[in-house]
Amino acid sequence: MPNTILTGKVFRFGDDISTDLIIPGRYAHLRSNLPELAKHVLEDADPEFASKVQPGDFIAGGSNFGLGSSREHAPLVIKMAGVSAILAKSFARIFFRNAVNQGLPVLICDTDSINEKDTLAVNLTEGIIKNLTRNENYHFGKIPEVMLNILNEGGLIPYINKHGDFKL
Amino acid sequence: MLTQLAVKTRINLAVRDCEPMAKTLSEKILSEKSGSNARAGDIVIVPVDLVFIQDTTGPLTVRQFKAGNKQTLATPEKSAIFIDHASPSPNWQLSNDHIFLRQFAAETGCLLFDAGSGVCHQLVAEKLANPGDVIVGADSHTVTAGALGAFATGMGSSDIAVALSLGKTWLRVPESFKISISGNFSKGVGAKDLVLHLIGMLGADGATYKALEFSGETVAKMSMPQRLTIANMAIESGAKVGIFPSDKVTRDFLKSLGRGNKYHEIKPDADAFYERVIAVEADKLDPMVAKPHMVDNVAPARSLGEVKVNQVLIGTCTNGRLEDIAETARILKNKRCHPSVRLLVCPASKKILSDAIDAGYVQTIIEAGGIILPPGCAACLGLHQGVLGDDEVCISTANRNFKGRMGNPNSFIYLSSPATAAASALTGKITDPREVY
Repeated sequence: MPNTILTGKVFRFGDDISTDLIIPGRYAHLRSNLPELAKHVLEDADPEFASKVQPGDFIAGGSNFGLGSSREHAPLVIKMAGVSAILAKSFARIFFRNAVNQGLPVLICDTDSINEKDTLAVNLTEGIIKNLTRNENYHFGKIPEVMLNILNEGGLIPYINKHGDFKL
Repeated sequence: MLTQLAVKTRINLAVRDCEPMAKTLSEKILSEKSGSNARAGDIVIVPVDLVFIQDTTGPLTVRQFKAGNKQTLATPEKSAIFIDHASPSPNWQLSNDHIFLRQFAAETGCLLFDAGSGVCHQLVAEKLANPGDVIVGADSHTVTAGALGAFATGMGSSDIAVALSLGKTWLRVPESFKISISGNFSKGVGAKDLVLHLIGMLGADGATYKALEFSGETVAKMSMPQRLTIANMAIESGAKVGIFPSDKVTRDFLKSLGRGNKYHEIKPDADAFYERVIAVEADKLDPMVAKPHMVDNVAPARSLGEVKVNQVLIGTCTNGRLEDIAETARILKNKRCHPSVRLLVCPASKKILSDAIDAGYVQTIIEAGGIILPPGCAACLGLHQGVLGDDEVCISTANRNFKGRMGNPNSFIYLSSPATAAASALTGKITDPREVY
């Protein structure tokens, strides 16, 4: 992966953050104008998120993060906002795959003791999350190899451009 | 050399013999397509029989495709664009997206279903999906085609761009839940109530990464529209596919559309392994409603107390089929919608609209005060044709009620069957349809 250690502050969200909360259909007319679309990221879950998030920050969700639509704009606008990784207890299937395809790390771990504004240092290669605010360590589940290879190339399109095909 | 290979193959088979050889529907299809002995948990690469995009996910897919090295479609005749989500377009930006998609269709020679044709998932069922196919679409409700015995799943723009370019995709073979359905639906209860009940049981992530495989005596009696309704909502429990065996109903459906030659039987093995077996008794079900703002927040319609509604939407890829519109017309016949209700009825395809006109359903609905919308996704995802105002309540036959789904985070969406929605249009509040028969 490009940066093996990611550091930033946490924005905390709950369970079942749907793709409609991440980027609602009412902004579908902005989907070919991604910088404008990204201004509305997670607006219905936290109206201040887009103005507060800094490059490198993390999102910590609960279970079933990203449920709903197949719109790849959802992980894309989160990545465009500068988020370096999403941590959640579980992810919806299509969102998980889309995030990896956009080169955005999605890490499955117990997020119960992670709070808003905590500072984390995430070691992607070792699978360890250090909570520098609370002086705690957490481990995240192994990313399937096929997805790790895609993530390492920065997403599916660069992966296919490099290899010409799926290399499993 | 050949003998050696044969021996080696037999040894491999012998190793596999230690495992149960019987297969689920998903394992059967993915084994056949990948040319391997595909088992739950395996990663396989499979050719796709159909790959499609629609107008809200399509432009990003085309841009991802154009970012790739290969600039031609693997199989234009198996690639399709549907203009259905914002159709006809409500604003200039989406109109430009439509122009972009039409240009891509002209450049590549793929299939194009333009505004007014209908919802992608209905058109896939009517024209393109066959038993045993692998279908991927840039839309989460691609699972709908599982009703015909296809392994059909939704993906994002990058995956679909690669499937367009290479004609194949990678899949993890899912574990399967067997949903065994018995009994007959009682009056006023149908496929939508069953699937809402099932999602309430499983939870919105209860089947994440899994295949829901439907079986049992009731399945054999279910019409294709009923199966399409159920398969459509598999994703609302997180499932990767919702799949039915193919049978006489499938064959007759294909035959009625001039595609009888595309039928082949596909069934799971009798002793296939299922991670869970869930029994559903159709005769014990009530008309069900999913309350705001989650699809698994399910309760019987009659238990809700008084919930006034401002808008009723009957249609979408879940319930916009002829028998849904027929049920609506039966309930509305010689009656008037409640004066405070806007009733929107949207046939899922041009064929359904035409058939509904021929059968007199459209006239009945108009006389009752309903508004007929052009075939497409209508108000389902908040882009046009019925965006909700602040504090408004809609009862909808669609598949999602997430906060903000219908264009306004300060509104409330309840999901139900066409019968419950039509009954609610008459009374102005959420109503068990058995009260108006």
